[in-house]
Amino acid sequence: MSNRKATVYVRLKDGVLDPQGVTIQRAILNMGYDMVSSVKSGRFFELEIDAEDGDVEARINEICGKLLANPVIENFQVEFEK
Amino acid sequence: MKFGVVTFPGSNCDYDAYAAAKLIGQDVEFLWHQSDDLKDSDVVILPGGFSYGDYLRSGAIARFSPIMKSVIEFAATGGLVIGICNGFQVLVESGLLPGALMRNEHLRFSCKYVYIRVERNENAFTMACQPGDILKIPIAHKDGNYYNFQADLEEIKSKNQVLFRYCDRDGSITQESNPNGSMYNIAGITNERGNVVGMMPHPERAVEDILGSSDGLKVFQSVKKYIMERAGVEKA
Repeated sequence: MSNRKATVYVRLKDGVLDPQGVTIQRAILNMGYDMVSSVKSGRFFELEIDAEDGDVEARINEICGKLLANPVIENFQVEFEK
Repeated sequence: MKFGVVTFPGSNCDYDAYAAAKLIGQDVEFLWHQSDDLKDSDVVILPGGFSYGDYLRSGAIARFSPIMKSVIEFAATGGLVIGICNGFQVLVESGLLPGALMRNEHLRFSCKYVYIRVERNENAFTMACQPGDILKIPIAHKDGNYYNFQADLEEIKSKNQVLFRYCDRDGSITQESNPNGSMYNIAGITNERGNVVGMMPHPERAVEDILGSSDGLKVFQSVKKYIMERAGVEKA
């Protein structure tokens, strides 16, 4: 049994309006910092995986596409570590 | 005819939907999320609320509940399904309706009466209306901002899948009357086949004048009329 960890990053696709990012960017401006011109919000997940067979990565990608990200508006990226 | 109202953990408009079905004199039963039994319902209502605490994304977890497997099969055979508010979010997450419902543009939870214009009435859920009818119905949501790719938006427009649009009191589609930033002022859509409908406003909260409006009744009366007529044709 190998124990692996996957970190999944979910972010909005380019061109999709991110009102939270825009609001955070404005707040940073209001704080007096003027060097941050754009903020994009997103989410990340850490998955502990107990599995031996070889198609773990494919199945984790499936989980991301079906549940963790909504492919209509979001992209995801998975990083695996042993 | 019989309505089935799904109860997810966190649904909070299931009793209102139940009461609306009773009000128009129809049978209605609750359908529990852990069951896969639609109890021979003619129409399934996915009610408003905060299914599974709105964790992850609104509607994202509910999509994988046992009852949704049956609802998806039911819809595939032409069964009538309406998702209201959180129910609409479940339907887009399930892929039964196109697009996505994003955080409101202004980031606030919005709870107020709005006006929506009926765009099409050749649908089971709007057939008791006329195109251009203006309905006064409340909204109560934070994730109701309809989004789709430009090309897909054009496609649902050209296929007459837009059923309701936010408008002002006189029926004009304006930016000011759009409560959440939805593309094309979309308040409700249907699938290509017409048997699955999603809408953010709550018709079940506007079924008696004492509540401020009874315009929501038209949605329930429409589907009643549709099923009665369908039954009549089958008998004949």
